[in-house]
Amino acid sequence: MNAGDLIGTAIANTFRSKARTTLTVLAIFVGAFTLTLTSGLGTGINRYIDDTVAGIGADDVMTVTKTGEASADAEDTGPREYDPDSVVTGNGPAQDSVTLMTDADIQAIGDVEGILEVEPVKSVQLDYVQYGDDTPYVASLGGLVAGQNVQLAAGAEPDDGSTELQVTIPVTYVEPLGFADADAAIGEPLTVAVTDGAFTQHDVEVTIVGVAEEALAAASGTGLVANQALEDDLYQLQSTGLPADQLDRWAEATAWFDIDLTTAEIEELKERLTDAGFAATTTADQLGAFTTVIDTIVLVLNVFAAIALLAAAFGIVNTLLMSVQERTREIGLMKAMGMGSGRVFALFSTEAVFIGFLGSAIGVVVAMIVGTAASTFLGGALLADLPGLTIVAFDPLTVALTIVLIMAVAFLAGTLPAARAARKDPVEALRYE
Amino acid sequence: MTHSTATEDRSAPILSVRDLHKTYGRGPSRFDALRGVSLDIREGESIAIVGKSGSGKSTLMHLLALLDQPSQGSLLLDGQDTRQLRGARLNRARNKTFGFVFQQFFLNGSQTALENVTLPLKIAGVGRRARRYRATNALEQLELGDKAKNKAINLSGGQKQRVVIARALVNSPRVIFADEPTGNLDTNTGGVVEDILFTLNREQGITLVIVTHDEELAARCDRRIHIRDGVIVDGEQVAA
Repeated sequence: MNAGDLIGTAIANTFRSKARTTLTVLAIFVGAFTLTLTSGLGTGINRYIDDTVAGIGADDVMTVTKTGEASADAEDTGPREYDPDSVVTGNGPAQDSVTLMTDADIQAIGDVEGILEVEPVKSVQLDYVQYGDDTPYVASLGGLVAGQNVQLAAGAEPDDGSTELQVTIPVTYVEPLGFADADAAIGEPLTVAVTDGAFTQHDVEVTIVGVAEEALAAASGTGLVANQALEDDLYQLQSTGLPADQLDRWAEATAWFDIDLTTAEIEELKERLTDAGFAATTTADQLGAFTTVIDTIVLVLNVFAAIALLAAAFGIVNTLLMSVQERTREIGLMKAMGMGSGRVFALFSTEAVFIGFLGSAIGVVVAMIVGTAASTFLGGALLADLPGLTIVAFDPLTVALTIVLIMAVAFLAGTLPAARAARKDPVEALRYE
Repeated sequence: MTHSTATEDRSAPILSVRDLHKTYGRGPSRFDALRGVSLDIREGESIAIVGKSGSGKSTLMHLLALLDQPSQGSLLLDGQDTRQLRGARLNRARNKTFGFVFQQFFLNGSQTALENVTLPLKIAGVGRRARRYRATNALEQLELGDKAKNKAINLSGGQKQRVVIARALVNSPRVIFADEPTGNLDTNTGGVVEDILFTLNREQGITLVIVTHDEELAARCDRRIHIRDGVIVDGEQVAA
């Protein structure tokens, strides 16, 4: 029997007992449907995170801080020694301290093998922002590192090449500041206030070039994003009047490394930085916890789908065992006519694989329809606050993989009945009443 | 008919068995189905294996058709020891050499007559078109050309047995084994089926091995082998 006839015969046999096949296919359908939806959920959320990763940080960038000596021992709950260069970050249990870095430290980071470039992060503390004479609002400010981007609702990103003082504002600031909508804010002047080292407040006139979407994770959090010119300008202002020994002190620096480095090589690079007395965090590190949580949830959901599939696999075993029993005589006849045991095995496992294919194909297609519909519905209602999020998304490769996986499971389930059929003795089978 | 004993015949036997034993089970449940059977079947003859149920005649047929392995003794097919036939070669020998006609037909009721007849060709790996052509020919030869598209389950007993014969015939076998071919048919239909089988034997030279307990049917064969308790009792009779 050639392969084409084998498959044709197997498919025809599958439809011989329609009710039984339908029920088995239904069981697999449930598993395939669940698996597709849960992995679609994972794909959707992770794709959203991937899209917003660029907002959190570029792939070839790490944030470097100088480790405060007292904070080295996390186990030590006793009081820490005072370190004049140390600043406390975080509150409560998350409290940690970093040591402020000087130009020499920045130099040292740049000297570490593997670091291509390093730049101190000039942190600017804004007092408020104000449009015209309207109410001033508290705001924070961040800059963009090469490779980062802002998800915009309107306008453009601040241009680091421009000498104009540019800024983007979060979409939540549009109305309170007194603009009709996001587009109305573009090109408008904004007053930004900072206090310098001598406690004098300065007002700076800047231009709004863009309005940023409220994203799950963004460069600026809920703050403004400035271009290089504005950042430098504000930093300059803020440093005015500071004592000389407090000038050019930074809490953190941004370091670039080769984008082609492997995870292991990045680990080595971090190791070298640690040896030099610094702590480094990459974008992946920051995202790590995030994706781990989502991956875990998806994994748990997939386990439920796998359990459904396992039950369905037993359904296949049962269906085919009955089928083998019913067709004992037919198997005997085929063997008497010279059909080899291998072919008999192939015939029955092909039936199993075909049942698996039917169930998974229908399940996947229905799951994609339901998932897309649900996603559209939720996107418009419950999740409207998270623009850009497609809660259930389908990746063709994953979907194809799901079908192949279920067919493989079906094949495994079919091996027991198929082996039983292949072992049948033609004489016994023909005598069977 | 001038057939005498096998040893004196000019043509080499197609099937030749020597001192064939077949035992089922072990210990107290041990059952000797065959206890030393020797027999030659020449190409083109018709032979009846006669005996009561449980005499061992079906076991002998199964061994002759290579469906089972003897516990002891030798079986030569065309002078070749069949113990050397394994796997694919054994399957090819079964497929090309033998055709089967069973009392219970063993047809797939949900398939058409044509589909049932094509089964041996399908197993042999014959192409779709050649399969169709040969199966249609076989059905027409048995005057069932108009029933080709009918489901096997809707055919009468005589028609079913003719489909079975067409299926046995389609691969141009050298030997047709018929196990009680008329057992499920009334006398008239049975007679028609018998005529078909003996015509095939006469005109196409297909060797016919009929297992039966019907003395009338056995009498139409060239030779009759009587089996009782696993041994041949009255040798190889010359047909009247």
